[in-house]
Amino acid sequence: MNDTLANTEKKTAYILTLPAVLLVFSIILFPIFANIWISFKEVELKDIRIPEPRAKKIVKSISDEPTKIKILYKLRNSSLIQEIRDVSFQDYFPKNFEIENLDPRCSYKKYNLKCEFGNWPPKYKENFQVIFATNDGSKINKKNLKSIKPKLNGKSDNILLNTNFTLKNFKKVLFENEFVDLLLTTFYYTFFGTVGSIVFGILTAQMVNQKFYGRTFMRSVLLFPYVAPVVALAYTWELLLDPNSGTLNSLLLNYQIIETPINLLGQKYIEISILGFDFKLRLALTTVIMFEIWRYFPLAFLFILARLQAIPKELYEAADVDGASPFQKFFNITLPQITAVISILFMIRFIWNFNKFEDVFLLTGGASGTRTLPINVYQQGFAISDIGMGSAVSIVIVVLLLMFMFFYFKLLGKRVDEN
Amino acid sequence: MRTKNTILFSLISTFFLIFLISIWKILATLQGLSINSFNIEITFIFGFLISLAHLGIGDRIKSIYKSIIFSSIFVFCDGYLVQKLPIWYNVGVFLILYFFTNKISKYTFIGLKEEHSTQVILFDFLTLFGILFFSFVILFPFYMMLVTSFKTQIALLVNPLDFSINFGQDIKDLFKSYFVIFKSYKFGKYIVISTIVSVGTVIITLLFAIPAAYAVARLNFFGKTFLSTSILIIYMFPAIVLVIPLYTIFSQLGLRNSIEGLLIVYTATTLPVAIYMLQGYFKSIPKELEEAAILDKLSWFGIITKIIIPLSIPAISSVALYVFMIAWNEFLFSLMFLDNPNSFTLSRAIQYLSGDAETPRQYLMAGSVVVTLPVLFIFVYFEKYLVSGLTAGSVKG
Repeated sequence: MNDTLANTEKKTAYILTLPAVLLVFSIILFPIFANIWISFKEVELKDIRIPEPRAKKIVKSISDEPTKIKILYKLRNSSLIQEIRDVSFQDYFPKNFEIENLDPRCSYKKYNLKCEFGNWPPKYKENFQVIFATNDGSKINKKNLKSIKPKLNGKSDNILLNTNFTLKNFKKVLFENEFVDLLLTTFYYTFFGTVGSIVFGILTAQMVNQKFYGRTFMRSVLLFPYVAPVVALAYTWELLLDPNSGTLNSLLLNYQIIETPINLLGQKYIEISILGFDFKLRLALTTVIMFEIWRYFPLAFLFILARLQAIPKELYEAADVDGASPFQKFFNITLPQITAVISILFMIRFIWNFNKFEDVFLLTGGASGTRTLPINVYQQGFAISDIGMGSAVSIVIVVLLLMFMFFYFKLLGKRVDEN
Repeated sequence: MRTKNTILFSLISTFFLIFLISIWKILATLQGLSINSFNIEITFIFGFLISLAHLGIGDRIKSIYKSIIFSSIFVFCDGYLVQKLPIWYNVGVFLILYFFTNKISKYTFIGLKEEHSTQVILFDFLTLFGILFFSFVILFPFYMMLVTSFKTQIALLVNPLDFSINFGQDIKDLFKSYFVIFKSYKFGKYIVISTIVSVGTVIITLLFAIPAAYAVARLNFFGKTFLSTSILIIYMFPAIVLVIPLYTIFSQLGLRNSIEGLLIVYTATTLPVAIYMLQGYFKSIPKELEEAAILDKLSWFGIITKIIIPLSIPAISSVALYVFMIAWNEFLFSLMFLDNPNSFTLSRAIQYLSGDAETPRQYLMAGSVVVTLPVLFIFVYFEKYLVSGLTAGSVKG
């Protein structure tokens, strides 16, 4: 009795979870494996279209002979690079049609024209012509003929499915793709974006955790950048920062803070001298990081605020009795209480910033020193249309992330042990 | 000690005042006023003197009169001796000064003698400063987005700092950019597509996620722990890794440029977090209710539709809103999968619009307003639901 109940429970569970599991498997897990597969292949964007045999049917009447008709099929291989094997052709005709010139490759039975065209090399083209006559002498309706479409079939290699593998993509990624530069840019972007958003998150959470008029309103406002669509925000920023007539540059010029406009998103380096030291700041990258911080600190804010509100009030009351200053309270009570949240946040944000594509793509398109690894995936795959390379870069991203997670958890584990 | 605290207090409050006045000046400049300098020196001197005078006078005058007197003096000096500016600007300055003097009115000489008083003051002012600073930094781009959409290209070329809206003009002229993007750029169609995709994603996600979450929350089966742990790991997987294989597969299946293709991808990427959020809530529903239902011989379908769903409306709404927001804002997949202008979503359409360098910026901003407003409206209106969704699902983004 109990056994059958457990069995039905199991069955129900599988029925309930199956649709979701199947969908997630086919759209998320399967592509990940497909990605590994593609990254070991030399595939270009044009290769992924499956080659098709095509025929354009042109019906021509023959002058002075209304009972006869000429039909021209413009045959071609749609692919410029791949062969199609065993092309077969089929077309139907009205019941009173007789063929006049039968090609040796074809047969005409039951008003059905069948042809075996053999193998078509890439770019193959042929004008295939047949002449028909009606056997009862009736006139031919051209429209009717045109509406019937010929069927073509053929076999072709799907480049994705064959077993030719190569390590070329990975060699190219690591040695020819300015890999170190790419990695450094991605690291700066990820690290400073993450740290910045967490710092601002702590500041704002600390701020909203105090009582003041309009606090709930403030909480909503702080989340605006996070919930609004990235496209709208990125273009707004672009207009604000535009060097020609952007608001920021116009304002700075108006107040005579700068003399010439600064191209914040289009200039790779800017020279800054502080205390006599000259150094180059990566300007466009810094701007992009600013945008990232602006857009994602609300998330850190939300997490940290939730944690702050859970800190027992007694801790602060006790500190007040001991005569602690606000800064002492912050560093000795608040900060230790939120370290756990911060370490989770750091990991989450690090992973997501490492993969962030849209923000940089919309702001700079990867120009002026903002080319990160995800941008490179897009550039390789779709701009240079080397799908294999793009895949290889994305595999490198995954490997780097797994390494990061491994070391991060090891480090975290150690610290927990020490405590 | 007292002198040091007094000076520190005056300095901190003065910097706060400078910040307030500067923001006001920026906003006024953007209304087309020609203000070419922040006049920080004057503000500094007056702010410092007002703070000192406030401490000196103490309780001898009622604080409301004190505020009005200080504000009037400042406005008089700043507004009429230094700059010739319209009356609304000076009213603004007066209100800022009134606000400022009210804020400092709670600090007295006696208070300054207390322990940590400078730190307390610094903390207070930092909080105030933070509130204003962050409100400004966050709202300013949204504000600029909105005002730019009401301007014309020529007006912006003549004076790139004049964002004042002329409400006197014809409605048609005022909303010209919006008329143009709806008429010439088919934004009406894109709104429909975006809505279908987002609402569709919500419905399919819920259809798949509710049964799965129920199974994970309640039933015992082989692979349950594996399933529930892998849900979040899958969710952490970067979208950029999926893009190339999905692009190739969708190309070969002919699913690119189709709403179905987007629906499948959006549903798959939001399912894990939807299941995670829902199963957490389902676990909190008392089991006794279902046991009674089993005695009544209700099937699992009956249990889910008659007991679980009615009881978890808050959780389901927060999942629905969160999924809607993700689908509405999504850009990466729509960029990859859509290249036919007949099947664009709003985000993709705006990006397409910006690809043409000739597109006037006010059209771009009008489009941005159109795509942003629904999300912000939903967010403000349903904030309570969405915030819980954001905290639970915020690994995404």
